[in-house]
Amino acid sequence: MGVDFWQILMNGAVELISPTTAAYALAALGLAIHFGYTGLLNFGQAGFMAIGAYGFAISTLTFQFPVWAAVLVGVGASVVFALILGVPTLRLRADYLSIVTIAAAEILRLIFTTNTFDPVTGSANGLSGYKGSYGDPVTREGAWGFAGLNPFPKGSYGFGPWVMDEYNFFLTIVAWVIVILAALLTWQLMRSPWGRVIKGIREDEDAVRALGKNVYFYKMQSLILGGVFGTLAGMIFILPRAVVPSNYATTLTFFIYTILLLGGAATILGPVVGSIIFWVLLSIVSGFIARAQGAGWLPFLSSVQAGQLRFIIVGVVLMLLVIFRPQGIFGNKKELAFVK
Amino acid sequence: MSSNATPSKGAPVKSTGLHVGEPAPGVAKVDPIIVADNVTRTFGGLKAVDVAHLEIPRNAITALIGPNGAGKTTLFNLLTGFDKPDTGTWTFAGTSLAGVPSFKVARLGQVRTFQLTKALGLLTVLDNMKLGAKNQKGENLFRALLPFLWRKQEEEIEAKALDILQRFKLDAKVEDYAASLSGGQRKLLEMARALMSDPTLVMLDEPMAGVNPALTQSLLDHILDLKTQGMTVLFVEHDMHMVRHIADWVVVMAEGRVVAEGPPHDVMKQQAVIDAYLGSHHDQDLGATESENVEAMKELLHDED
Ligand SMILES: Nc1ncnc2c1ncn2[C@@H]1O[C@H](COP(=O)(O)OP(=O)(O)OP(=O)(O)O)[C@@H](O)[C@H]1O
Ligand SMILES: [Mg+2]
Repeated sequence: MGVDFWQILMNGAVELISPTTAAYALAALGLAIHFGYTGLLNFGQAGFMAIGAYGFAISTLTFQFPVWAAVLVGVGASVVFALILGVPTLRLRADYLSIVTIAAAEILRLIFTTNTFDPVTGSANGLSGYKGSYGDPVTREGAWGFAGLNPFPKGSYGFGPWVMDEYNFFLTIVAWVIVILAALLTWQLMRSPWGRVIKGIREDEDAVRALGKNVYFYKMQSLILGGVFGTLAGMIFILPRAVVPSNYATTLTFFIYTILLLGGAATILGPVVGSIIFWVLLSIVSGFIARAQGAGWLPFLSSVQAGQLRFIIVGVVLMLLVIFRPQGIFGNKKELAFVK
Repeated sequence: MSSNATPSKGAPVKSTGLHVGEPAPGVAKVDPIIVADNVTRTFGGLKAVDVAHLEIPRNAITALIGPNGAGKTTLFNLLTGFDKPDTGTWTFAGTSLAGVPSFKVARLGQVRTFQLTKALGLLTVLDNMKLGAKNQKGENLFRALLPFLWRKQEEEIEAKALDILQRFKLDAKVEDYAASLSGGQRKLLEMARALMSDPTLVMLDEPMAGVNPALTQSLLDHILDLKTQGMTVLFVEHDMHMVRHIADWVVVMAEGRVVAEGPPHDVMKQQAVIDAYLGSHHDQDLGATESENVEAMKELLHDED
């Protein structure tokens, strides 16, 4: 056996609770509000995430804002972005929103990539150094930024495959607490009369209008709320890594759609479990391919090609899942019986 | 809602003396709820609606009839803010409604149903009904997060919904998805849902289409019941039996215009109405649609009561 299956599984287990998994879960939850509950075809969730990432990083690096202010800047920018997208399109047919969001997210990415704003955005190289510092291990002198907020003493935490330093431990806890709070908020909203209007709009917005509800206003609220979830996800996403503009391409939005459909579009747990499955599966498959290639089992592939192969395999697995369980893992089979 | 006004089984009591002067297109009403002036709407070169003056009497049942494509649905869309006219003004209970968006029209108490039924498929029948209620505290994003603010109202709404559903014989379907209802049941649900808002004017676009004849009588009784409860009804219908049976007043449209108005028995004998249904070229070959119109004409002229 040239391949260490145990190690591959362990690496997969790491993804189970990683902050990145949490970030994708949160972004997918935002998309569940848009697409699953309201029927808004937002193809620009990557744009909302980019706003979170850059809003946080630029506020911290360029303006030396404290963490709370950097978060507020990101959220505020995302509300403005949602208004810009929504005001002209939400009165029109559903497909206009999808075209405008996909274009707007790409425009954002190109603005962040261009050299023109290099001193602020870091252009194609992106940004780093915004995570802050733990400061002195005892006195906490010099502590700043997100790392400076860490209440845990320096050291190693966790067990089994989930062993991490104090920074990642803190980040993991913060990330999942935010996901849980967002899931509870969504759950409460969707069982309220507000959620009933939202789901009614998904089914037929003219019928909801005829019942005296301001459909435009509700769609705007939904777009903002789901977008803010995406923005917070964008902030979580950059805390274990650097900000790189190429991460915010349209493929990011499609991965989040994959996660959403995998878990169930109009569900609360679906996006969370979908994200976990997606990342664990991706890690296991890529681990396996890398070892197999290293052991010479895939002589017809270069290592770069092998790196791409994981997306093909994951794509096929997800296709099978969607074909044989189209309502997603948590979706209601009964609902699906009526999908036209 | 006073639910126990058992609909009469015999011939319904017709409201009379609704108009002032001779019944003619645009005749004034004693107590109009809708007054429309010079409302026009064109699609390309086609004048779909061209109504010079129209008044709908309050607390009466008015039928809007006319051949296919006469502009009835378009007029409904205009009056409810779902479509914008080229010209025209109209008032509802004294309030000018031109340019008012559809959701505000509904909030003012003028509620409609659609010719192509709009049941909200992946909501349960009960949720469909609850959505119809007005002024819900929990429909505000922030209050939605605090259930103690709206739970009591929610219970009241549910009780009311169950009461109406029972009257519409949909109480066995409360927890089912609306998508699982039959076409006729969806028509009933849409009408029941409209009643959740306690409207003053109910506008029904072909409420009978697709409804099983066994249900027709009870649906007629429901509509008559609305009048007893003080509401005004304006409905579009091709079923002349229904029109004759429950309408107090009939407005006939053809090619966008109001061509005749009057009490049901008189209006159907007018030459303008016969022309509207048969076309003015009686002598030519009758196509399929025209022979249907002849059927409609025979029904119109046939006096049953
Ligand atoms: N959105 C539209 N675009 C173009 N033409 C339209 C549109 N809506 C209606 N029309 C045209 O306007 C005319 C009136 O249509 P409308 O639907 O109001 O008729 P109707 O009286 O309700 O007929 P029916 O009894 O068949 O329902 C028709 O000739 C129709 O083709
Ligand atoms: Mg029509």
